[in-house]
Amino acid sequence: MRKLPVARLNELFAAIAAERKLYIPAGDAKTAAFTLWREGLEMTKALNTSRSAKDLFFPQVENLVDFKVSGREIEIVESRDPGESFVVFGVRACDCRSFDILDKVFLCDPADTYYQSRRENGVVVTLACKEPEETCFCTALGVDPADPAGDVTGWTEGEDLYLRANTEKGESLLAGLPLFVEGEKPETDRSVFGRLPLKELDWSAFGGEKMMELFSSPAWESLAESCLGCGTCTFVCPTCQCYDVKDFKTNDGVRRFRCWDSCMYSDFTLMSAGQPRPTQLERFRQRFMHKLVYYPSNHEGEFGCVGCGRCLQKCPISMNIVKVARALGEEAKP
Amino acid sequence: MKSDPLIPMLAVVTDVRRDTPDVKTFRVVGTDGKKPFLHIPGQCAMLSMPGVGEALFSITSSPTREEDLEFSIKKCGCVTDWLHAIESGQQVTLRGPYGNGFPVDTDFAGKDLLFVAGGIGLAPLRSVINYVRHYRDRYGSVDIVYGSRSKADLVDYQEILDEWCREDGINVHLTIDNPQPDWDGHVGFVPNFVKELGFDTGKTVVMCGPPIMIKFTLAGLMEQGFPKERIYTTLELRMKCGLGRCGRCNIGDKYVCKDGPVFRLDQLDRLPDEY
Repeated sequence: MRKLPVARLNELFAAIAAERKLYIPAGDAKTAAFTLWREGLEMTKALNTSRSAKDLFFPQVENLVDFKVSGREIEIVESRDPGESFVVFGVRACDCRSFDILDKVFLCDPADTYYQSRRENGVVVTLACKEPEETCFCTALGVDPADPAGDVTGWTEGEDLYLRANTEKGESLLAGLPLFVEGEKPETDRSVFGRLPLKELDWSAFGGEKMMELFSSPAWESLAESCLGCGTCTFVCPTCQCYDVKDFKTNDGVRRFRCWDSCMYSDFTLMSAGQPRPTQLERFRQRFMHKLVYYPSNHEGEFGCVGCGRCLQKCPISMNIVKVARALGEEAKP
Repeated sequence: MKSDPLIPMLAVVTDVRRDTPDVKTFRVVGTDGKKPFLHIPGQCAMLSMPGVGEALFSITSSPTREEDLEFSIKKCGCVTDWLHAIESGQQVTLRGPYGNGFPVDTDFAGKDLLFVAGGIGLAPLRSVINYVRHYRDRYGSVDIVYGSRSKADLVDYQEILDEWCREDGINVHLTIDNPQPDWDGHVGFVPNFVKELGFDTGKTVVMCGPPIMIKFTLAGLMEQGFPKERIYTTLELRMKCGLGRCGRCNIGDKYVCKDGPVFRLDQLDRLPDEY
């Protein structure tokens, strides 16, 4: 395992940034975000970023293609950025798991090449958690916060940062950086994870088999009652991937772009022929059913939630997936 | 760089035909003048005009038509308003085909077929009907029940009269909602008409139309004893990608764009009622 004093982190960042773009979590607890590193930028003290790391692979807005229109003629102009290599440092185990979930959506045939290109060009350096927050429940979803995945896994123990390459991409990143000494990481103290208030969350009530039973549950009514439909949960969620495709007129043509969208919004499914999800109840239910039932049904039982806790922190009415899981799980008990 | 499935190809509208006061049928070819791609009856494609928008439409022509793809489109929104204002020669963008299509070469083979359509719901079924007519000896009897608000609202009326009605072994049953002077055919709603006609429950039913028609027709068919495993319908929900990713057409663990749009009733029965 490679080792580097934490005090020399800035040197590590400078060395990586000399070769390619580097993003690190920076900013205060309320606004921490993966930010392009420049000299002087320091890692945030917050446990995690306010928005998830999905932004780097599935940005909130991205251009798809341009068109030029003259009379009845159209010209298609492929205008996307050539993929460029980048490193994202300090991804937490929960966000790293979200990449597996997004991969299953975007990389199945025919692959989404915009996402694919970023996945191929991006090197993910994760950072093990030592001081989780009360809203964390990744362990209840089978994520190990003390041993995250990624191309490279990082741990801070004492005064040192330890790095382990997990993939060829990760190895080639570390091999090119002449900063490390060999070292053995001390055993991680996991006792803190055992004290997390949400560690015992029970997900056994969910999964594809109980689709109609859960869909028809009377609990949705009270759960959805106060939902404002603001969509904050979907925007901060590392696994939400619904999108819209829109055109706008530029100076000399038309640009087609895609942007995040939310199943919590009333016009998401609105058609001239009607509205299949007419009230916030149906829209609220769709979001949670998708994560807890529909996605697992299509992906061997894997839930569409990584336990990052962002929705617990950000929802203006304090509704969240934990409350949904408890209410429906309680009801499903014999 | 590899092109993306969201990036369309260019296509040209070669013919615009007015079918009804609010439905036009568009013929579309690639820029090389040939049919852009092969499809299965029931599949859909994304048509768009840059700056106006992109929308999914069922392909109404049969795969056996070699010249082009046809789309029968009702005027009811941004993209369709624009389409209704264009003339032949206009370029558009196209991508597809999307979805599963009807099992014309497997489950339908050798079966007696009963088509039930209402209004613009004929568009996806016309693809199947003309495919079945082309390979007539592969199928049993064919009954077509088609209804619309008025005579003028019957899509493909001329083709129905000139071709379908004149073919042996094809029984066409037309109906309109209200009586009108130049109509001596049946008057009444499709669900009741299907009931009155009292079809053999051994037939395979292929149905498309407004939700209210589907709902009542299904109730009637159930009452008569048609098995759910032999009733097929095709759904339409809002879609942006056609690839099962944008999230709009998600019903339960299915996406209408890639797992549908064609579903058997027994498959629909295990999904939430959000269509």
